[in-house]
Amino acid sequence: MPIADRARMFINTCTWVRITFLALHLLLSLAPRAALAGTEGGTDAWVDAIRRLADRSLRERQAALESLVRSGDERVLVLLAALEEGRVVETPEGLVIRAADGASIDVVSMQPVAKAAEGRKFTLNNHMRTLIADGLVMARVAGGDRAARLQALEAMLAQPPASVPPLLIALLESETDGAIRRALRAVIALSDLGSGDPDRQLAAITVLADRMQPQVHNRLSALAADAAADARVRAAAEAALRALDSRRQVNAVLETVYFGLGLGAVLALCAIGLAITFGVMGVINMAHGEMMMLGAYATFVVQQTMPGALEYSLLIALPAAFLLAALTGLAIEWLVVSRLYGRPLETLLATFGLSLILQQGVRSAFGATNRAVSSPAWMSGSFSPIDGLDLTWGRLYVIIFSLVVFVVLSLILSRTGLGLQIRAVAQNRQMARALGVPARRVDAMTFALGSGIAGLAGVALSQLTNVGPNLGQAYIVDAFMVVVFGGVGSLWGTLVAGFSLGMLTKFLEPSVGAVLGKVLVLLGIVVFIQRYPRGLFPMRGRSVEA
Amino acid sequence: MKNSFKMMSIATALALYVPACLAAGDTIRVGVLHSLSGTMAISETTLKDTVLMMVEEQNKAGGLLGKKLEAVVVDPASNWPLFAEKARELLEKEKVDVVFGCWTSVSRKSVLPVFEELNGLLFYPVQYEGEESSRNIFYTGAAPNQQAIPAVDYLMNDLSVKRWVLAGTDYVYPRTTNKILEAYLKAKGVAAEDILINYTPFGHADWQSIVADVRKFGSAGKKTAVVSTINGDANVPFYKELANQGIKATDIPVVAFSVGEEELSGLDTKPLVGHLAAWNYFQSVETPENAAFIKRWKSFIKDDKRVTNDPMEAHYIGFKMWVKAVEKVGTTDPTKVGEALIGVTVPNLTGGFATMFQNHHLSKPVLIGEIQEDGQFAIVWETPDVVIGDAWSNFLDGSKDIVADWTFPISCGNFNIRTGKCSGQSQ
Repeated sequence: MPIADRARMFINTCTWVRITFLALHLLLSLAPRAALAGTEGGTDAWVDAIRRLADRSLRERQAALESLVRSGDERVLVLLAALEEGRVVETPEGLVIRAADGASIDVVSMQPVAKAAEGRKFTLNNHMRTLIADGLVMARVAGGDRAARLQALEAMLAQPPASVPPLLIALLESETDGAIRRALRAVIALSDLGSGDPDRQLAAITVLADRMQPQVHNRLSALAADAAADARVRAAAEAALRALDSRRQVNAVLETVYFGLGLGAVLALCAIGLAITFGVMGVINMAHGEMMMLGAYATFVVQQTMPGALEYSLLIALPAAFLLAALTGLAIEWLVVSRLYGRPLETLLATFGLSLILQQGVRSAFGATNRAVSSPAWMSGSFSPIDGLDLTWGRLYVIIFSLVVFVVLSLILSRTGLGLQIRAVAQNRQMARALGVPARRVDAMTFALGSGIAGLAGVALSQLTNVGPNLGQAYIVDAFMVVVFGGVGSLWGTLVAGFSLGMLTKFLEPSVGAVLGKVLVLLGIVVFIQRYPRGLFPMRGRSVEA
Repeated sequence: MKNSFKMMSIATALALYVPACLAAGDTIRVGVLHSLSGTMAISETTLKDTVLMMVEEQNKAGGLLGKKLEAVVVDPASNWPLFAEKARELLEKEKVDVVFGCWTSVSRKSVLPVFEELNGLLFYPVQYEGEESSRNIFYTGAAPNQQAIPAVDYLMNDLSVKRWVLAGTDYVYPRTTNKILEAYLKAKGVAAEDILINYTPFGHADWQSIVADVRKFGSAGKKTAVVSTINGDANVPFYKELANQGIKATDIPVVAFSVGEEELSGLDTKPLVGHLAAWNYFQSVETPENAAFIKRWKSFIKDDKRVTNDPMEAHYIGFKMWVKAVEKVGTTDPTKVGEALIGVTVPNLTGGFATMFQNHHLSKPVLIGEIQEDGQFAIVWETPDVVIGDAWSNFLDGSKDIVADWTFPISCGNFNIRTGKCSGQSQ
């Protein structure tokens, strides 16, 4: 049967689905004044299925949902979309769909209810979620906004239907959008691979040649290994596979580089503050990790106090964390560190004690358990700059953030009066004082600056890891490692060291595993420090002269 | 120097928790050996509070043998050698009649010789790797056959999983559990190339490449699942990375053995919905006993947001069993109570009964739950009946022939049924 005929046969189905989908959108986004056209009360099968869906046992629910999806009843789409969005509520009177404005629709009658009873959200399991997604995928491909359609097609590519749904061919006929046409072709081609007709298979391989989806690779591999397939088809499949494999390898390397940058950015960010207090001032501050912890808790508190503004909470948390950590740093400097200048061992012990006090203080104030910090939507998920290469947004922002912090800090040190004084005191305290630099105040400001930056790092860490009393301990050793490796006193060295250690770890990890990888990196640093005790970028400073 | 000395002494005084040393009067003393500071405080503080709640309740109900119970709390500070010291302090100096404590296996191994030497009683409430049975320890958490094996059965039979990632933190519990699971999977006909085993250090925070590996491993066209024995603190970054790399529970489900309600309460659970956990208890179990327990817990801890979890239920069961055994023999003498404990049956919180068996392990139901948005679990599967804990796994070469039986005439935690000999060790 020619494609055009198949299309004509099913074009009606297609329009029907579009209309239903439109109705569904209207129903869920606007006030549900009218029920769907053509639903007069409930038929017996429908009523029965909905009653079973409201059953306590998940097994019964699953079976009911399966029969609903298979029934082809048009009301099912409305129900599935509502289930997916988590709008279905179990009330004592039965299931209702809650619309965005708070109005309710009874599921059995699909009619608005004047006053729905309180209830709790309908519980789903994975099997039901898959059923819902499968049940909706066709409707999503057929209508709705462009992004949703492409996403649905992507889902179909990941789990291709056993045979080409005729609807897809009909859609392809009438579709004008280039990207959607491409995706539709790919789904159809993926099914054609298994058709056994060499011509269709060859055409399908040409369509799929530049598709990086794992399912395409799997199907092509199966075809290339299939002894029953046509020789030309197998050769074409093999050629396509070779091309895909070389692209995969390039992607794998790019991905590892990105992972290395992602880890390096975290290491650099944790170490930059330390590069100021330890590197420039020569103070071994064991409580540096706790400054990061304070920054992370500041993020938590900001999110708690303004639950409505999750998307911007991080932007508000940044200055809050900086101030909190900087003020704490100022207090520590004034109370403890300033009394111990020139006595590194005692400073180490005192700040270690302080770190324990801060940890236990946070434990008493917030409890011993971790606290939940949410990620805003713009930091979640991934993007793909190249087909087949998925990179996470969160890490991208951390990389950018650490670079921004580095640049700003470098500018402060090189272009501002405070920076000039900091450098002067670090290089020669006596001479700087002789020239009228208030060394005591500069010390305090420097320590506060380093602590504040640790607070900023804490905001970033709250997006990546646990926010709990032990957060600082997990990063303090790494931070010292980066500073020593980069060269004590060198900001630039800290950045380079952070990123190179990140890269090294990530390139080692796939071959030797995370545990041995860490050991090797540590060994490498020990050997390096033996050979170059002053690190990558040695610098003159008080700590070096001491 | 004087200044710094002053500072340090203040710091020390503040950092250390000094337990009030009360004179032993006419009370029954209950030792609590859980870390209240350090890395494990996050999990163990809750268990300390659970025991305190049980003690308070027992006292309200008239005490035990006509005496009041008195809790003696010490802080081993997540420091394994300190666990042994504190255990000795509890048994020798504080003269406690029973101890509830430990979380990690290494802390249990650390106190085991102390309990055997001084003949104390320890109730250990956490799921663990098995391969141990001591005369003096009662294991109220799950053995691998009460958690890991049923979870794998569920994935295999109900979700048709064909490829397996066994991901764990690099220490004894994940290593042993994964060894047992690998042997079990191979016995079930899973090919070696369909099993990926991965270990990460404690507190591992950068999961980018491992999650990418899991994604690649799971995209080979066979249904894949991750069996996670990843320890507490490393879980948050792991799940965050899973979500960010777009791995959904419907694609590659993760079933965890160390993630419960308490861990989820410190997490943004939206990206985790649908991932699984296997336990013997969930807060979401709907029984009158559980509802009452949750209510008492919330009012005891004075926080409506606090959750209950599996190790808490284990302490609940352990405490009730100990009370019952003490009432049976009319004394708190550890030897007599230890013998009386075998065969004691108390109701659990999931609507059934827990019995203490000869190998010092319990019978437990196994539940599989899916994480919901509110941080609770929807129970999707449970064993039709309770499962009896097996101290020595049948899937490991060294332990196949070994049984633990602390009743006459065997009376051994390490009895080889082939040679008919007791090795005399308990571990």
